[in-house]
Amino acid sequence: MKTVLLLGATSDIGQALADKYAKEGYTVWLAGRNVQHMQDIATDLKIRHEASVEYFRFEALDYLSHQKFYNDLPGTPDVAICIFGYLGDQEKAEKELEECQNILDTNYKAAVSILNIVANSYEESGTGTIIGISSVAGDRGRQSNYFYGSAKAGFTAYLAGLRNRLFKHNVHVLTVKPGFVDTKMTEHLELPAPLTAQPQKVANAIFKAARKKNNSIYVLGIWWLIMAIIKSIPEPIFKRLKL
Amino acid sequence: MERKLKNWGNYPEVTSNVRSFDTTRMVEKLCAEEKHWIARGMGRCYGDASLGQNVISTLKYNKVISFDVENGIMECQAGFSLDEVLQLAVPKGWFLPVTPGTKFVSLGGAVASDIHGKNHHKEGSFSRHTLSITILCGDGKIYTCSRTENSDLFEATCGGMGLTGVILSVKFQLKKVSTSYITQKQIKAANLDELLVLFEQYKEYTYSVAWVDCLARGKQFGRSILMLGEHTERSELKGGKAKEPLKVHTEAGLNIPFNFPPFVLNKYSIKLFNFAYYHKNFRKVQQSIAHYDGFFYPLDNIKNWNRMYGKPGFLQYQFVLPLDQVEGLKLIMNKIAEKKQGSFLSVLKVFGPQNDLISFPEEGYTLALDFPLTGSLLKFLDELDKVVQDCGGRIYLTKDARMSKEFFHSSYPRLAEFRDIVNKYNPNAEFKSVQSDRLSITR
Ligand SMILES: Cc1cc2nc3c(=O)[nH]c(=O)nc-3n(C[C@H](O)[C@H](O)[C@H](O)COP(=O)(O)OP(=O)(O)OC[C@H]3O[C@@H](n4cnc5c(N)ncnc54)[C@H](O)[C@@H]3O)c2cc1C
Ligand SMILES: NC(=O)c1ccc[n+]([C@@H]2O[C@H](COP(=O)([O-])OP(=O)(O)OC[C@H]3O[C@@H](n4cnc5c(N)ncnc54)[C@H](OP(=O)(O)O)[C@@H]3O)[C@@H](O)[C@H]2O)c1
Repeated sequence: MKTVLLLGATSDIGQALADKYAKEGYTVWLAGRNVQHMQDIATDLKIRHEASVEYFRFEALDYLSHQKFYNDLPGTPDVAICIFGYLGDQEKAEKELEECQNILDTNYKAAVSILNIVANSYEESGTGTIIGISSVAGDRGRQSNYFYGSAKAGFTAYLAGLRNRLFKHNVHVLTVKPGFVDTKMTEHLELPAPLTAQPQKVANAIFKAARKKNNSIYVLGIWWLIMAIIKSIPEPIFKRLKL
Repeated sequence: MERKLKNWGNYPEVTSNVRSFDTTRMVEKLCAEEKHWIARGMGRCYGDASLGQNVISTLKYNKVISFDVENGIMECQAGFSLDEVLQLAVPKGWFLPVTPGTKFVSLGGAVASDIHGKNHHKEGSFSRHTLSITILCGDGKIYTCSRTENSDLFEATCGGMGLTGVILSVKFQLKKVSTSYITQKQIKAANLDELLVLFEQYKEYTYSVAWVDCLARGKQFGRSILMLGEHTERSELKGGKAKEPLKVHTEAGLNIPFNFPPFVLNKYSIKLFNFAYYHKNFRKVQQSIAHYDGFFYPLDNIKNWNRMYGKPGFLQYQFVLPLDQVEGLKLIMNKIAEKKQGSFLSVLKVFGPQNDLISFPEEGYTLALDFPLTGSLLKFLDELDKVVQDCGGRIYLTKDARMSKEFFHSSYPRLAEFRDIVNKYNPNAEFKSVQSDRLSITR
């Protein structure tokens, strides 16, 4: 039976992925910092899908713990999905280094730290799929969220490099840019409904893209177009816009 | 986030701060941060019961906690839906003990409205099958309650419309079935008198409900189709059905993508619909085996059917009258026929005995019907209220968006007791809704 490792499993997108992979017959390994919450999710998956589920404590910002966390897993997962992230408060981050670091570290450094370990393991075994949840916010820096955006931009570039490196080792890397998703992260924001996906939709799209070995996906097709337009605006004009 | 919210009747619309949670820690934090919340499940109540200034959506708190397949006992978080219960329970030979006319209802909503189904006369309302509840109350504490533990809280929470707090989890007893089918019998009744005799004659059936043409007059006044049902036994199934006796429902086929313009539903189209519905049954008595989805949830097959009533929305009016008030029932139905404002489906049912603190059901006749919202409707419903009041009846809170507080206070005899318990567990009206303010329960 195939196994999926979900890093940041208590996120809304993580829970939707857990449900999807369990339904598809995968063994599901949940990883996150809230053990009680993971226990509830695991129980639910076992009853709903009669799935085999385990959970492991994982603190993304504790880089030194990552190797041990990975070694202690019951085996090597076939698919590893890096989901955790932190939107943060842009204005606060402009003034306070701690908030700024939290955003950069969670979305970039922590993701790189754990995926380095997974990548080395997959390179050695010559198999595996790595999926990273990045963001359209990384496609171009905008004043409203450029800390988060630049960290995600770094993460997107990192995933591209990893894909390039691991291709010859038969390891597939998928970059996901979900666009707006209706989750805890965005609950306080007013999102336009037609551009906003439900977590279940994101999970289904990821599962399908991984099977088709896509390199990079937007969940709602319209986002490809929107980002193509945003990226094509010349910088002299772009810098004057309120985005 | 500030959002415009409406429930199933699309009336009224309220701007609310809507938040959700997926851990108890999160809901405790939310309730500590802000005052005046009301819990909301799937918004299938018709009116303003789950609307308020601050709304806590339970839809992300939707995990199953345990399922004892041997004994048919399930415990789930409050946002778990009846639809999901069926998906888990039916393949194992278990069914909902009580189900409303839609499966898109959360367990929290099922408890808070103390829902009833077509089997009320035999098996009572949802609270009869509820073993225990955990709830975060207005005093900031989480309680477990049941008929024996914190029983006052239990009684005030079943049918209490969310006013004691946010229900977090519900443990309930399922009902054993050997197939997912219903052996149904449909009997045409030429008029109301005949229908009431039939109800009495067939009262041993587990499920019974009648569709009534509220627009027919004269000799045909109250012409109807009585629908009876029993869970089908394995031995009754043949062919494809026998191969998959515990088949689960599938997703809805049709969707109404937008509000219909107001002229679609008018007195002619409604009359035509009612005429067609009555005459679709050629024979006096028809017997068949139906899947539970078609028997219990015919409307679930059309997603967003409420949009047929257009943008102004509609009101559902459901009342119950004591058994000896048949004349009152006739008077109300006459008024409706005169007004020519009846609805697609008017549903009549006989409730069995029940005398709970604040739950709606009590022994008698209950009629539920939809009215498109028009200028003159509110006044007309006030008129109907008068008759209901004179007959010693009352209105179902989960369907209400407009009754007066005077009528409400006079028609729920144990209201004072209910308020005392609400005050005990929700002392500063931390939980209140547009409805509870309108009816002066929390204000
Ligand atoms: C087509 C249709 C048919 C129906 N048929 C029937 C029927 O046959 N019998 C019947 O009894 N009802 C029926 N109903 C009504 C429906 O069952 C109830 O309104 C039910 O309460 C809706 O549940 P919900 O999850 O949508 O809750 P909502 O509509 O969101 O809320 C309803 C009430 O429950 C409270 N509530 C919800 N969740 C919680 C919680 N976790 N904690 C505390 N309070 C909570 C709300 O505050 C509100 O007072 C029908 C509705 C529709 C649309
Ligand atoms: N929502 C959107 O519109 C959107 C759009 C594009 C991309 N994304 C990305 O999608 C991913 C999932 O987010 P979501 O939308 O599902 O939001 P979410 O529910 O808020 O998830 C964020 C998750 O990150 C976890 N996390 C944060 N810091 C952590 C740490 N130090 N250690 C371990 N876990 C940590 C959180 O854990 P706890 O549960 O313990 O708090 C939480 O589960 C994120 O990478 C996000 O950037 C989201």
